[in-house]
Parts: sequence; C-alpha cells; structure tokens
Amino acid sequence: MASLKRRAKRIAFYGAVAAFCFFAASPFLFMLTTMFRQDRDLYRVGKDSLFFKLPPTLDHLRLLFFDTNYTTYLQNSFFIGVLVVVITLIIAIPAAYSLARLTGRWGEQAGILVFLVYLVPPTLLFIPLFQVVVKLGLNNTLWSLVLVYPTITIPFCTWLLMGFFKSIPRDLEEQAMVDGYSRITAFLRVVMPLSLSGVIAVVVFTFALTLHEFIYALTFVSASDQRTISVGVPTELIRGDVFFWQSLLAAAVIVAIPVAIVYSFFLDRLVAGFTGGAVKG
Amino acid sequence: MAVVETRGLKKQFGEVKAVDGVDLSSKEGEFLVLLGPSGCGKTTLLRLIAGLEQPTAGEVLIGGQVVNGLPPRARKIAMVFQSYALYPHMTVFNNIAFSLKAQGVDKAARQEKVEWATSILGIDKLLQRRPRQLSGGERQRVALARCLVREPTVFLLDEPLSNLDAQLRASARDELQQLQQRIGITTIYVTHDQVEAMGMGDRIAVMYQGQIRQLGTPREIYDEPGDTFVATFLGSPPMNLVERDTHLIGFRPEHFLPKGVPEVQDNLVTFSFPVTRVEYLGADRLVYGVVAGTSGDTKTMARLPSTVTVPIEPGGDYEFVVPAKELKFFDRDTGLRTGPKPL
Repeated sequence: MASLKRRAKRIAFYGAVAAFCFFAASPFLFMLTTMFRQDRDLYRVGKDSLFFKLPPTLDHLRLLFFDTNYTTYLQNSFFIGVLVVVITLIIAIPAAYSLARLTGRWGEQAGILVFLVYLVPPTLLFIPLFQVVVKLGLNNTLWSLVLVYPTITIPFCTWLLMGFFKSIPRDLEEQAMVDGYSRITAFLRVVMPLSLSGVIAVVVFTFALTLHEFIYALTFVSASDQRTISVGVPTELIRGDVFFWQSLLAAAVIVAIPVAIVYSFFLDRLVAGFTGGAVKG
Repeated sequence: MAVVETRGLKKQFGEVKAVDGVDLSSKEGEFLVLLGPSGCGKTTLLRLIAGLEQPTAGEVLIGGQVVNGLPPRARKIAMVFQSYALYPHMTVFNNIAFSLKAQGVDKAARQEKVEWATSILGIDKLLQRRPRQLSGGERQRVALARCLVREPTVFLLDEPLSNLDAQLRASARDELQQLQQRIGITTIYVTHDQVEAMGMGDRIAVMYQGQIRQLGTPREIYDEPGDTFVATFLGSPPMNLVERDTHLIGFRPEHFLPKGVPEVQDNLVTFSFPVTRVEYLGADRLVYGVVAGTSGDTKTMARLPSTVTVPIEPGGDYEFVVPAKELKFFDRDTGLRTGPKPL
C-alpha cells in the first residue's frame, strides 16, 4: 500500500516535470517543425497542427542561407559578441575587485552607483549615444556596437563580480601574498579560480545581450552587411506585410540551439554565479 | 632564523589607535607570545610584522634589516591565519607546494620538500584531498606544513589553535611547541588564551589597548606582574586586589589560605574573611568572600587545593593568611607596581 502510494507520488512528480519541460520547450518544438514545412502545409486556415500533412522541405533554409545575408549577420553578431565579452571582462574584473577590496566603505556606495547606471534604459540613451557614435565616425559600422554595448554590460557585470570577490575571504589573498606572490598574481591564482562561476555568468550574460539587443543595433547600423542577427533577420525576412515564417523561425533556432547547448554545460556554475552574486553582494 | 624587532611601531585606523608605540625585540629562535584580550592590537601588530598592514609610524626590523615598505613576500616570513586560509580549489599537495612554485623551485624538489614537511606533521596520507575534506586538526597541520616548506626566518601564528576543540587543542599545543623547538625558528604567536601563552611561550608580551604592558617569561609575568592589568588578566581566578590607602595589595587566590594551613608560620599576613559561597571543583575549592579595604569591602577569592580539608561553610567568618612575600603592591591611581608598603 505504502509502495503504491510512493509510486503514485513519483508518477505525479515526473508527470509534472515532463509537462513543464514540454511547456518550456514547445516554442522550440514548433519552430523546429515549422521551418521544414511547405507553405501549403503551414497556411491551411483553421486546420493548423504541429504535424506534417505534406512532405518536409529545405526550401526555406535555402532561402535563408543563399538569398539573404544571414551568414554575414551570424559572423557580425559573433564578432561583436566576442569582442564585447573581452572588453567587459577586461574592465569589469579589475573594477569589481578594486571596489570590493581596496576602497573601504566607499566601495559599496560606488558599486551601487555603478549598478544604477545599468538601470537607465537604452530607449533614453540611444539618442545621446548616437551623437557620440557619429562624432567618433563609427556610425554604420560594427564598431559602434562594440563601443556602446559595454555601457550596458560593464555596470551590471561589475556589480555582479563585486559580490563574488567580496565572498572570497581576504585571508586567502593575504596568505598568497605571504606565500610569495604579488597582489596581482595572488588575484590571478587564488581569487580568479574561486570566482569562475561569476566570470561564466558575466560571459553568458554579455554574449546573450549582444545577440538579442535591438534598439542600438537598429539605430546605429543601417548598412545591410553590417547588421547583426537581431536586426538583420526581421528586416530581410519581413517584407512589407509578408512574413517568411519558416525562414524567420529557422534563423532564430539556428542561433538559439547551439547557445542553449553551450549554456547547459555551465548551468550549475551559471546558477551559482547569479545567486552567489545576489546573496553575498 | 632571525630576530624580529619593532621600534616605536604605531598603527591607527581612523581615530582608533590599534597599535600604539610598540618596542619589541624577539630573541633568536625564541617562541614569543603576544597575549591580550580581543581588540588589544595583537593581531594588528602581527600583521604589521608580516607586511599586511603599513605602519602609521615606527619601524619593523627582521634580521636587523628595516622591512617597512617591503611587501610580505619579500620578508621571508611564514604565517598561519586563524582561519588557516587553505586554498579551497587546490589539493593539500598544491596548497603546500604553492609557495615553492612562487620561488621557482623545480618539480622534483617541490615533491621532496612537501613530503618532508608532511611526514614531520603526519599528514602524508592526505596529499590528494581538498581542504573541505579535512578535519580541523588536519587543516591546522596543512597550514603548518605550508609554512614549514618555505624555510622562513620567522613564523607568525595568529591564534592557530582557536578553531580546534578543547581536547585537540591540548595535543596540538604540545606538538606545535615540539615542532618549534625542533626547527628552532623564531616564532611570534598571537593568542588570547593565557593557558596557551603560559604553556608554550619562552616569553610573553602582554598587550592592552595597543601597548605592551609587560614582557617577560611566563614565570615573571605571573609572579611579578608589572601592573594591575597584567595581574588580573593572568591567572584563573585572577589576582585579588584590595585597596589600602593610596595603593592596592594584590595576592593570588592560591596563596590565600586558612590560618594554620601554610607550614611556615612566620611572616604571614592575616585577613578576616567572611565567606559567602564555596564552589567545589574536584581538584580545588573556590571560596568567595570579602576582605575589608579602605573604601569598603572587596570581593576576594581563595583557591584551596583538595589537600586542604579544613571545613569552610558559607556564612562563616574565617581568618585567612597570605605569606608576606606573596603580597604585591600597586599604585591605586596608575595601577603600576610599587615597592612594598606598610600594611
């Protein structure tokens, strides 16, 4: 009787988990199936379902890869993403460490101020930033985004990493300094390995932001070969009131799935990264 | 091996004087204990010597060389923190070898040195473990091994036994002292535990409010305290202080015995001692009562060893005696030790 009850509980539990997983994954499932459907299969008014009625086709993928600049957009987004991640790490890590360790009580106040900057929405900032970009002669180039994205990522990541560095006991660094290392090498060999979760969280946050950011990408760049995925795909695949649904969804899935797989490798670290920073910050 | 010396060392944090003009000089190979209540500046003094804090004024000398301005790594010191500060992401082996890496010691020599240090401390089976898999006692040994491999000129230990349970602490105390005697490295040991200080130290520096109140061997500090702070800080229960005119008379509870108990009968000073409470502690009896002072009665304690079987009851009025040579005299206003005064 007891084992029956336990079994029923387990079934209910896994049933709920499966239902939740299906719910979370269903948009991707829909996207994955839709991208291979023929137009006649997709546009049957009132009779739509997830299941193929006509044989699948690769026509929409062909359109995406050969008749649009999709591969250029991919390259552009990847190029910007990597550069912005590198810039963010180079600036946010030392900033967060100094705010966490070296400036005493002012560090905390300054950290909060830095975080407040992050809360100013891009919809307010894009006009003044556009002037900056034009003055620097960067408008209509990828470099404008490489320059502007760190204004969003650095404040947030500095704040996130600050919480991390604070959670590492000073004793450890001081021990390393007594053990024969300078402050910088002590930082690199002791503090950094222990803050890896935070660094991964920063990389993931920054890279994801550069992939989905829209307003800056739309306003600063108009040349077709300089666009990123987030702007390039909708501008090319929505022509007037014609939506190339299958190609649009394919464009999104092709980016989303590899990124999701890479993230899943770091999932535990990532969760530790965001919660660790939040609780101890 | 080297001598550590501080000259007029001061450290101020804002308004707070953590270390307030300390002149201290260790002897070669000595086990020097800095003893004091928490917040007395002893850890700050140790950190100043280590180079983890920069002094506001004064000098630190190690081996006769002024080391102010030198970073910790250039001072040839080894330090054990209260938390042990083991690197959580490294194995025991790497924790110990970490400082050797910094010195550029090659791999074979590192292996050899780590094995040497760990075999001395009996932790050679733990080399592949991580700090979180170790017990408190094992962690402490790893921290010590990490110090040993560096072959430092000075050992700095900041309350290294305070995280151990009482039983382990006693054996760790013994091992630590033996280790120090074997390797003969000048050691400065910070503690607030007088038993540790008395048991381990060649000399003890008693600190209070950023200053060294007395420096001497455990016997000197205990038997001949320089002021009332030292007199009452050491000893459990502490020294009794009874006010007489402009001075205070101090005597240890173990010297305060019922009349007739001390074998020597001459040169005894007698006090009338109304008893309020008696605590039976097995090896001792603690007798609480009052002794009349100039400005009223003073709470006083006597510690009778279990060999003294004289019946003492609360509420009774007894005559207790102290050998005259065990009476210490202090100035009432400054608290400093003075010569004998008429009673």
